[in-house]
Amino acid sequence: MHEYPITLKIIEIAEAHARKENASRVVKVNLVVGDYSGFIGESISMYFNHISEGTLCEGAQIAIRRVVPQLKCKSCGEYFTRRPFSFECPHCGEEGGPTEIGKEFYIESIEVQ
Amino acid sequence: MLLNHKGKVSCMSETKKIEVMENIHDENERIARETNDLLTQSGVFAVNVMGAPGAGKTSTIVGIAKRLKSLTPFVIEGDIESDLDTKTMNALGIKTVQINTGGACHLDAPLIQKALDDLAPLKNGILFIENIGNLVCPAEFVIGEHIKLLVSTVTEGSDKPYKYPLAFEKADCVVLNKSDLLPYLDFDMDFFSKGFRALNGKAPLFVVSSKTGEGFEELARWLEDRAAKG
Repeated sequence: MHEYPITLKIIEIAEAHARKENASRVVKVNLVVGDYSGFIGESISMYFNHISEGTLCEGAQIAIRRVVPQLKCKSCGEYFTRRPFSFECPHCGEEGGPTEIGKEFYIESIEVQ
Repeated sequence: MLLNHKGKVSCMSETKKIEVMENIHDENERIARETNDLLTQSGVFAVNVMGAPGAGKTSTIVGIAKRLKSLTPFVIEGDIESDLDTKTMNALGIKTVQINTGGACHLDAPLIQKALDDLAPLKNGILFIENIGNLVCPAEFVIGEHIKLLVSTVTEGSDKPYKYPLAFEKADCVVLNKSDLLPYLDFDMDFFSKGFRALNGKAPLFVVSSKTGEGFEELARWLEDRAAKG
C-alpha cells in the first residue's frame, strides 16, 4: 500500500526525463533506497512491474541499491552500523548519533532507448 | 547502421544512460514549503502531531487546546476512516476538518494543502495536524508543519526510541503520555531517555497524563513560546 503511490511517482519522474531526451522507452531505472527511507525495495519492484504497463517504463528493469544506515560517534567521530537496542560506538564505547546515511531515496539514473 | 549476427539491420537502438539524481520526495517537499509559507504569512503555527494508535494524540491536542492563553486552536484530523475525533473537537468548539485517507498510512503535503482550503479563512492561531496513528511513515513526510510533536506513552514501553528511531530523531517536541500509569508498569525511564537523547539532543521531553492533566500547563506554555518565535 505504502509503496504504491511512491512507485507511481518514480515512473512519472523516469518518464519525464526520458521524454526530455526524446527516448522511446526506458530500459532501466537505477534507484537508491536507504534502509531508513521507510520504503522497501522489493515492494517497489513488485508494484513497478504492474504499474509501468502502458508507460514508457513498461518492461524496464528496476535496479535498487540499498544503503545501510550509519551512525556517527559523538566522541571519536567514527561512522558505524548500530546493533539492536544500542547506539554505542564499537570503536570507543561512547554514544553515536544519527546521520543522513541510510535515508536516501532517489533515482540515480535511467537508461533509455 | 547496426547489423545483427546474421548481417541484417538490427532494430535495436542504442541504450543511453541519463543521470537523474532526483529525490522522489521533491514534489511533496515543494508543496509542503508552499503550505508552510502560506501558514506563516497568515500567522498560523502548524504542529504535526505523530504517534502510535491509542497513544492519546487527540486527548493531547485537547489537553493543550484547553490551556492555550494567547492562541486560537485549529485542527486537521487525519484518520484512515471515521470522523470520531473531529466530532470530539467540534463539540469543544474547535474548528476542525477531517481527512480520511482510505487506507493510506500517513498524511502528505497535497492532502494538507486541500484540507487547508476547507479550513479557510485561517488566521492567527495554532494548527494541530493529527497524523495517522503510526510510528513509522508519518516521520518521513513533511506536510507543511513548523514543528513535529511526537506522542509516546509509558504503556508502549521504554524501548520505542530504539525500535522507531526516525520518529524520535525528527521530533521537535516529545510528549510521554499516560504518566498516571507509571506505578503499575516496568517502564525504564533511564533507558528511554538514553535512547531518545542519543537520537535527539534538542527536543524537550514533557511527561504528561491526559487523564490527570499533569504536565500540560508546561507543555502549553512551551508551545505558545515556540509559536511566538515562528
